Amino acid sequence: MNQDNLFELNKVSKRFTKGKETISIFDNLDMQIKRGDFLAIMGPSGSGKTTLLNLLGGVDQPTSGEVWFDGSRIDSLSESQLAKWRANNIGFIFQFYNLMPMLNAAKNVELPLLLTNLSAKERQQRVDTALQLVGLADRAKHMPAEMSGGQLQRVAIARAVVSDPKLLLCDEPTGDLDRRTADEILEMLQLLNREFGKTILMVTHDPAAAKYATHTLHLDKGQFVREGGVPAEEVSL
Amino acid sequence: MKDFYLVYKNLTRKKLRLFLTCFAIFIAFLIFGAVTALQGALNSGVEMSADNRLVVFNKINFTQPLPYAYVNKVRSIDGVEHVTHANWFGGYYQEPANQIVTMAVAPESYFEVYEELVVDPQQKASWLANQAGVLVGERLAKVNNWQIGDRIPISSSIFSHKDGGQTWDLVVEGIFTANDPQIDTGYMVFHYKYFMETQSWGGDYVGWIVLTTEDPALNEQVAKAIDENFANSQAETDTDTEKAFNKAFIEQIGNIGLIIFGVVFMAFFTILVLVGNTMVLAVRERTNEIAVLKTLGFSSPRIFRMILTESCLLSFLGGLLGIGAAFLVVRFLSEMMARFLPNLVLGSDILLQALGYMLLLGLITGIVPAVNALRLNIISAFARG
Ligand SMILES: Nc1ncnc2c1ncn2[C@@H]1O[C@H](COP(=O)(O)OP(=O)(O)OP(=O)(O)O)[C@@H](O)[C@H]1O
Ligand SMILES: [Mg+2]
Repeated sequence: MNQDNLFELNKVSKRFTKGKETISIFDNLDMQIKRGDFLAIMGPSGSGKTTLLNLLGGVDQPTSGEVWFDGSRIDSLSESQLAKWRANNIGFIFQFYNLMPMLNAAKNVELPLLLTNLSAKERQQRVDTALQLVGLADRAKHMPAEMSGGQLQRVAIARAVVSDPKLLLCDEPTGDLDRRTADEILEMLQLLNREFGKTILMVTHDPAAAKYATHTLHLDKGQFVREGGVPAEEVSL
Repeated sequence: MKDFYLVYKNLTRKKLRLFLTCFAIFIAFLIFGAVTALQGALNSGVEMSADNRLVVFNKINFTQPLPYAYVNKVRSIDGVEHVTHANWFGGYYQEPANQIVTMAVAPESYFEVYEELVVDPQQKASWLANQAGVLVGERLAKVNNWQIGDRIPISSSIFSHKDGGQTWDLVVEGIFTANDPQIDTGYMVFHYKYFMETQSWGGDYVGWIVLTTEDPALNEQVAKAIDENFANSQAETDTDTEKAFNKAFIEQIGNIGLIIFGVVFMAFFTILVLVGNTMVLAVRERTNEIAVLKTLGFSSPRIFRMILTESCLLSFLGGLLGIGAAFLVVRFLSEMMARFLPNLVLGSDILLQALGYMLLLGLITGIVPAVNALRLNIISAFARG
């Protein structure tokens, strides 16, 4: 595995079997993600974007092929090993924020830290830092129901970065937001990428959002294609 | 436990639901505590009865008398250790509502047969010396605030005094206790001879005969020998162990054990279904949140534990409140009914039992949603929600 790459997919296939029918989403897909990339993935609905994120995030496993992360294979890990791996390496940002409604902003951000050995005081410090980073230090005690979409997504970003993961996986992080708020969120991701060196993979339908990324890949019918729909021989970044 | 805050927040997120389920569990344990204490009080007579003590009653029923001559005949039967006898007086103090359990007994032998009763030798001696003397059980003396030397007029609802009226003037000569606090001392005994001489009908019969055997192993043999001895005579007898008699007496009130079991079982079953259902629904509503927690890296067993902790917390919350309320109710009742139900207490044995049931209830109501959460697949959960 190339040292510059954080992720490598080697001949990854993914099929879903429902009853007698088998749908193939990916067939021998190859892909590399360089450290420090901010990669946008675009493509029509049903093209497999979320499925790809799930494979990279260790939430789903390929039918065949290898998934390498930072020098080790994750496709053969058990469910509990994957859970631990996710906690240590990946920050997740969802379209609909997915915050716990009964926890305030600070407690939501603290969740990933419950999986570490940090003391309550250290956790508190990290939460404060993360909330400051997303500009919500004054909202720590607010409940999700009391916040706007943009604020909720910023809490979610704080939650994603609080345990300092290498990779952020974002599935349409601005899909539920208006233009201005979306731009704020995207600027924040850009900052995380540029200033904090986070590798980011973002699925989006929005070409304007993709402009914030350093590269954009187009996915169609389980294949990477050139912009405009022509199949790419090899995706060069 | 770092997840406790999360568990607590999940438990309390819907206040009305928490209140209703808690209340249901509260009621179940209130019933359990009160009813079990009641059962214990009713059974304490059975538990406290000596292993080698037999009672001989008239076969017709236990209110019919036996000829006095039977006492000596029983004494001569093999395997019999001590024999005594008693008559029911049916006493009350000042007004009929104020019942006093009073028996006319053979003064010397009574305390041989009831070995567990303790009385100061000096008090006993002065009682033996005074025909109109009475020995009062500690609890009874306390309830009525009687002291040694008090002259207490006791009336009978059955017998008349040969001098007219139905009241006997008795003198408290001593107060007896028991060597085990569980043993009831809520009654009093006076002289059989004095009773027979002073009541208007006279006669020489006893209410029942009580005896001890040399060895509990002889109980059956002795009981059989006694009943055979009096077979086909003017008064046939029915001899049984004290334990069996007390139990049969209680069962006359109804098969209490079964009724109690039925009540408690129904209460628990209803609550189990109700709370179990609520837990399943409550966790199903959180499908998406559980999928998020799993995505963040919370392991499935950890989430499983969190849900079981939540259901146990709920169970203990309602259960401890319920058993606490039962404790207060029982204490209130025991003060009110000290006369009829001595030993009405909610003790540590019941509390321990209740704690066990709380744990069981928590685990049973939590297991289905916990397993559902354990098995929950992240991708299909997100696809659904
Ligand atoms: N668990 C599953 N079982 C069966 N089929 C699935 C499953 N998950 C995804 N698919 C199918 O795989 C294909 C790709 O789905 P995926 O969610 O990756 O698309 P997507 O590119 O994220 O689309 P969208 O833009 O609508 O989010 C779809 O046809 C979908 O129906
Ligand atoms: Mg998708």
